[in-house]
Amino acid sequence: MLSRTADNLYWLARYMERADFLARAIQASRRLAALPKAYGGDETEWESVLLSSGAALAFESCGRPVNEANVIEFLTFAPENPGSIRNCLEHARSNARAVRTALTIEMWESINDAYLEMRALESRDGVPCAEELARFLEVIKLTSLTYDGGAYRTMLRNDAYWFSRVGLFIERADNTARLLDVKYHVLLPQKEVVGGSLDYFQWSAILRAVSAHTAYHWVYRTSMKPWLVADLLILRPEMPRSLISCYESIVRNLDSLARAHGRQGASQRHARGVYGKLEKLTMESVFQGGLHEFVQSFIAENNRLGALISEQYLF
Amino acid sequence: MDSRLTQFDELAGADGRTRAPYRKLSQWLAETPPELLASRREQAELLFRRIGITFAVYGAQEATERLIPFDILPRILARSEWATLEKGLIQRVAALNAFLADIYGAGEILKAGVVPADLVYRNPAYCPEMAGRRVPYDIFVHIAGVDIVRTDDQGFFVLEDNARTPSGVSYMLENREVMMRLFPELFALHRVAPIENYPDELLATLRSVAPPHANGDPTIVLMTPGQYNSAFYEHSFLADKLGVELVEGRDLFVRDDVVYMRTTEGPRRVDVIYRRIDDDFLDPLCFRPDSALGVAGLMGAYHAGNVTLANAVGAGAADDKAMYTYMPDIIQFYLGEAPLLQNVPTFRCREDEALTYVLDHLEELVVKEVNGSGGYGMLVGPHATKAQIEEFRAKLKAHPQNFIAQPTLALSTCPIALASGVAPRHVDLRPFVLQGANGARVVPGGLTRVAMTEKSLVVNSSQGGGTKDTWVIDDAWVDEEAMGQA
Repeated sequence: MLSRTADNLYWLARYMERADFLARAIQASRRLAALPKAYGGDETEWESVLLSSGAALAFESCGRPVNEANVIEFLTFAPENPGSIRNCLEHARSNARAVRTALTIEMWESINDAYLEMRALESRDGVPCAEELARFLEVIKLTSLTYDGGAYRTMLRNDAYWFSRVGLFIERADNTARLLDVKYHVLLPQKEVVGGSLDYFQWSAILRAVSAHTAYHWVYRTSMKPWLVADLLILRPEMPRSLISCYESIVRNLDSLARAHGRQGASQRHARGVYGKLEKLTMESVFQGGLHEFVQSFIAENNRLGALISEQYLF
Repeated sequence: MDSRLTQFDELAGADGRTRAPYRKLSQWLAETPPELLASRREQAELLFRRIGITFAVYGAQEATERLIPFDILPRILARSEWATLEKGLIQRVAALNAFLADIYGAGEILKAGVVPADLVYRNPAYCPEMAGRRVPYDIFVHIAGVDIVRTDDQGFFVLEDNARTPSGVSYMLENREVMMRLFPELFALHRVAPIENYPDELLATLRSVAPPHANGDPTIVLMTPGQYNSAFYEHSFLADKLGVELVEGRDLFVRDDVVYMRTTEGPRRVDVIYRRIDDDFLDPLCFRPDSALGVAGLMGAYHAGNVTLANAVGAGAADDKAMYTYMPDIIQFYLGEAPLLQNVPTFRCREDEALTYVLDHLEELVVKEVNGSGGYGMLVGPHATKAQIEEFRAKLKAHPQNFIAQPTLALSTCPIALASGVAPRHVDLRPFVLQGANGARVVPGGLTRVAMTEKSLVVNSSQGGGTKDTWVIDDAWVDEEAMGQA
């Protein structure tokens, strides 16, 4: 397939995944911020959302105070935030339009529908009310489901599919890692406090942001413990947003590409290397080496994979 | 041909008795409540918007992507009418191709004095780079869009030949799909000739003109200027239906006179380019050096015979409005046949006698710029203000050779469904003619364009014109009437 098409599909998948993550992160944070201070409800929550979505610098430069309304507006609708949901959607649609031929009609329609919905919302006067915002975030989540489902159910299993899957999982791994990075301080092992911890609601907000709140209980069958939250997001292969699960998918899709093209390359080797490390890893060693350091190095490795893919396939 | 007096409606006919092809539709319309039409109109709009069938309008900042208005009532032609049209179209495109091969070759028609040589050689669309070159199978125009109008139920007139990169075929195909979803009951009543095979016919046409080295299995691509082009939707739609890559200039490169595309598996050789980009932008080494849309060295590969371009470079020399006036002679010259489709009588303003007449009758004529397109640079005398007429008078006097003039035709009308009810509007028809090494093909029908505003004669989509599905149906009533009389 055309290198440009592959590039577009790869980024399209990343934008869609990012929009979905942002929508979930905003929803989880609203929940947390709505709690009394004694339960962890705090305006600082909005700072951490800005950090985990990589928008902190951009927000600072716009000079507005950090509060719920400003941050949500910035992450959702702000045209001046390159990573806002609206811009993700706009970029996704623009990429999709450029490669219409490589998408199935279901995928295109899901993106286009969401885009039209957004345009309709934007064409109205005034700031969207809470209800409209909530609805829009739901639309984004649903769109990522229909887009993803559309891809899974309707795309031919060829380059187009593999490149878009690889994009999705690289973005997802990046999002999970950033979330861990911002919240690592509440995830460190500690003596269990009887009657729950102040951080309890932080942990549950993290789980909600990656839609794993229920999954946690199914996996561990115990009350919430921070190191288990970290374990779930890093090392549990059955958890679809864990780093290891993302890399299992990346390796599989890159291998399919390599098989179809008849040659393995640097990106396959690198992805297998990252996956291999994760497979051998234990949470003890992660905590010993430092959770923060681990996550930082993972983010760098993940970025490196993106660069290798460009070199190998996108000419 | 003073047809301004009578208005021919394709449903009502000249005498107000419903014409045979429209009888079933007319009856259906009479029995259908207006609410149903209204709800189908809404559904159609929704369908088009969801599928993303939009086009870009240049210079319209606020509406960079617009829907072309779609009318839900079909325009109907009888198979017998279509048969005449089809023969005439194939004849016309054969003549266009013979003419192009000749003017870039021996120039017989110029030597014979049938067409003035300066009109050809000084034509901005004449491409000197092609002089003395032959193209595969001598086919320059692989895809033609011939604009057809009618003024009564006798014949058809050709309004314009589009031999460069005619667009609109995606609307023809999508209109049919949408109509089949919206009106299954109407399709059950009529036997409508299918058009869905157009992409296959196009593919067969493109394959037939591939260079010999492709060994019958050519790599074909569709080349677009990119997603900001007004017809980008159509480009991606066609590439998808053809199952070929949609490439931009930057996806291609030329090495040793061979064209390659950049793929994830490395360079891949390209044999046929269905290009939807103008000559001027094809190759910055040969044409506009500032073009970022083209491929450096493409013309070298083309001349070396390593790649086929469809349509061929320089094909525009035949579809110019000044050349149009000579089409009847051109057909006669090459094919030795009388033209089956008439030209609209046209005054060549470059000729003194014609110019005088035109200047005296501006109020009743349509004046067109020879190189204009899309309904721009045009004066519709009867609808123009005094100031507009004077402005054109000045332009005509300054550069008469740049203009032609035609009588204002009473274009036929067809019913369209508006919020306020069913009303007649002016229409034209653009059928698409394919010419390959293995013959000519026309799918039955074409794109009917309709002027959505009352009395307006401008059907161009860039100026608010709409489209309709076009049906070619069996003349079953001939049998039915025969049975009735028996």
